[in-house]
Amino acid sequence: MVMAELFLAAVILIGCSGLPALAMGRYGRLGEMISVILLLLGVSLALVASLAGGFQTPAPLLILEWAHPGGPLILELDGLSTIFQLPALLVLAMGGIYGLGYLPQAKVGLTAGRLRLFYGILGATIVFLPACRNGLVFLMAWEIMALSCFFLLLTEQKEKETRRAAFVYLVATHIGTLALFGMFVLLAGSSGDLAFPQAATLQGTTVQAGAIFLLALFGFGMKAGVMPFHFWLPAAHAQAPSHVSALMSGVMIKMGIYGIVRVTSFYINLPAWWGWTILVLGVISAIMGVAFALAQHDIKRLLAYHSVENIGIILIGLGCALLGQTFNYPSLVALGLAGALLHVVNHGLFKSLLFLGAGSVIHATGTRTIDHYGGLLKTMPRTAFFFLGGAVAISGLPPFNGFVSEWLIYLGLLHSQTEGAHFPFSLVVLAVPALAMTGALALACFVKVFGVTFLGTARKEFAVPPHESPRTMLLPMGVLFLGCLTIGLMPWIIVPLLERGIGSWLGAASVATPLVSTLAPVTWISLGAALLIGLSLAVWRWQRSFPEESCQQQRPTTWGCGYIKGTPRMQYTASSFAEQLVHLFRWGLWSDISDGRAIGFFPSVAHFAIHTPDVFLDRLLYPASRALTRVAFRLRSFFHQGWLNVYLLYTAITLCLLLIWLM
Amino acid sequence: MNNTANLLLLLVVLLNFFLLGTSRLGSNIRTVAIQGGLISLLPLLAHGLSSHTLFLAVAAFLFKGIAIPYLLFRAVRQVHISREVEPLFGYVPTLILGTLATAASFIFSDRLPMIAEHSQTLFVPVGLATLATGFLLLITRRKAIIQVVGYLIFENGIFIFGMLLTEAMPLMVEALVLLDLLVAVFIMVIVMHQIKREFSTINIDQLTSLKE
Repeated sequence: MVMAELFLAAVILIGCSGLPALAMGRYGRLGEMISVILLLLGVSLALVASLAGGFQTPAPLLILEWAHPGGPLILELDGLSTIFQLPALLVLAMGGIYGLGYLPQAKVGLTAGRLRLFYGILGATIVFLPACRNGLVFLMAWEIMALSCFFLLLTEQKEKETRRAAFVYLVATHIGTLALFGMFVLLAGSSGDLAFPQAATLQGTTVQAGAIFLLALFGFGMKAGVMPFHFWLPAAHAQAPSHVSALMSGVMIKMGIYGIVRVTSFYINLPAWWGWTILVLGVISAIMGVAFALAQHDIKRLLAYHSVENIGIILIGLGCALLGQTFNYPSLVALGLAGALLHVVNHGLFKSLLFLGAGSVIHATGTRTIDHYGGLLKTMPRTAFFFLGGAVAISGLPPFNGFVSEWLIYLGLLHSQTEGAHFPFSLVVLAVPALAMTGALALACFVKVFGVTFLGTARKEFAVPPHESPRTMLLPMGVLFLGCLTIGLMPWIIVPLLERGIGSWLGAASVATPLVSTLAPVTWISLGAALLIGLSLAVWRWQRSFPEESCQQQRPTTWGCGYIKGTPRMQYTASSFAEQLVHLFRWGLWSDISDGRAIGFFPSVAHFAIHTPDVFLDRLLYPASRALTRVAFRLRSFFHQGWLNVYLLYTAITLCLLLIWLM
Repeated sequence: MNNTANLLLLLVVLLNFFLLGTSRLGSNIRTVAIQGGLISLLPLLAHGLSSHTLFLAVAAFLFKGIAIPYLLFRAVRQVHISREVEPLFGYVPTLILGTLATAASFIFSDRLPMIAEHSQTLFVPVGLATLATGFLLLITRRKAIIQVVGYLIFENGIFIFGMLLTEAMPLMVEALVLLDLLVAVFIMVIVMHQIKREFSTINIDQLTSLKE
């Protein structure tokens, strides 16, 4: 019971943390400082509650009988909730500190107070949601989360693009919520009890279960940004302030994954098509997400598409686990789910690190266009270092954390072969090349981002020369960087938590499941990662020992196509670097290319621009809704003529139809 | 008793047809008055003489047969409405539609599950047919004053229908319905007066500027 009070106190502290900043807007920094302290206090309380809850025997923290429909309010912390809360808490705290430097009250005035308020509310709902076990309260918290996120998005509401992104987000999230309403109603069935069922208590083979699964996939998938439903995500992540993007991308969209994981945990005897659907959606999201990311020029839009890719990777792991459950291969369940859950944590860490890094670069240069950057390594070495760490992690390379989770998923997918699987099930292994391709493309994409942004020479003169970020912005990045490195180097510290999570997903059947630690020798990863770091350090030292004088002559520009006397304009741009890969994916990207070809021996001035809008939003949904609006307008001007006689005719016709229907 | 009532109801149907076919405003209003007077006898015929039915009959006769037609005639005089009905549809098509609607309401009410007491009478089909006539007038006529006539016919249909329920309905409700009707006609006449002064027409096809 103490636990429940601790947890609720933490949620309330986080939720109210923005009030001092809002109320003390005139006192400059003081209000902000109090807000951050409150936020940190709440986060530490929640951390204690969440960890203790995750490792205690599963029992509800709090059962509150009250007089509103849908059963009692039940709060419960288990392994799954802890896994989703941990990165949320870390990112929340770090984003709060980062905001001090990124959007200080001194610069943006009252906007900062509003930002703090909704940031706190968003954080509180994200921490609260995984603990909530009542459908009605869940939906309320879900809606508060969606709305506070909407207001955060509107921080820079004077820009037209921001308002458009916020509107698209609002529409998307409400369509998703509508599906969730349907899902919870179906889940409650005729009993009207909206409390979540225990894990592994419902039959998955019924039609009702299938409908619930599809609604959950649509509603939660909309929030998570699964490929066909991701259309709100790029613009929203690009237009929000960077630490808000970090929270949204790193944590908020994971609530969608949490929902899918939680809903699938209710069922036993899962039909095979559940797993296949999730696996296929995962593969599509992963590959197309990274392909779209490659084609972007806006650094935050690019990172947003990487969120779609990583959601895809998580879904591949989850699909592997679901198929393992269907065909009764416990090793696939353990490895796939462990990989998926660990990737939830990892993506929360490295994606928020990357967004904070991108925020630092934007803070320094004032633009989001990658092609305006260049040579920032010299002016912002620390930001560059942290960003590099995040880039290595997201590409799934050791010694960072992204490698560990992708490795677990690989292992899970490959286990489908070692156990002599029959035909349709053995196709699971086809996800392996897809995952490998995703990793390779992600690597290419981050070579592009890091190379064009930090290497080479400056492409553009800025009015205020770029400068390193203040300490309040560097510290959060450093902490997240350390987090990535810790999981990459010592994955065994998080394995017990993953096993708790899998246990609570499997429910009563968890006794028979082999543990992750026996299937995946994570200690070897530690060893390998340590070796890799040692080796890199040794190579670096060795390279440093070269005599400097050999480089004394005119150095060519680093990124300058090998010309000795290159100008900054000769460097690879973001588009030219990615051109080949983008060309490979032209069947899915449908880029707008305004082509200025250089023709003849002495070509005149030519301009070239390539722009890749979102296929679903800009090429499908916008034209479709415009056409729908046109039809609706035409229908309205046809039916709505303003003649009284005509309206009376409608009444008469309706009456006649009703009478005929009565007959 | 029932036979007399049925005879009256058939007369009401004939008056419906006359309304649909006539082109003069004055005869329209006069027909409404006659129809109102006729149906005010219905409570007495259907349910016998009692204080309830007597009150209803007298009140309906006063309102429907005298007060409202008087108001309408006054409006026609004061607003200087031309005596032509100006239909949107021709008279013959409206008449055919009215015939069809009347036939349909007879067929329809045959199929309704009614208690034996009511199945012998023509209350339901004639009520429906009068409703349909009201609708037809509302839809096909252009003048605002004919709209008022249409609503009155409409109300007559409801009144005929309500005869089946007279014993179940408290007196107060019926009295209030009649009063409402009178007030509605008052208001319509006043509004029409204002519209005429403001726009110098009361043809409703000129009144479409509020559609957005």
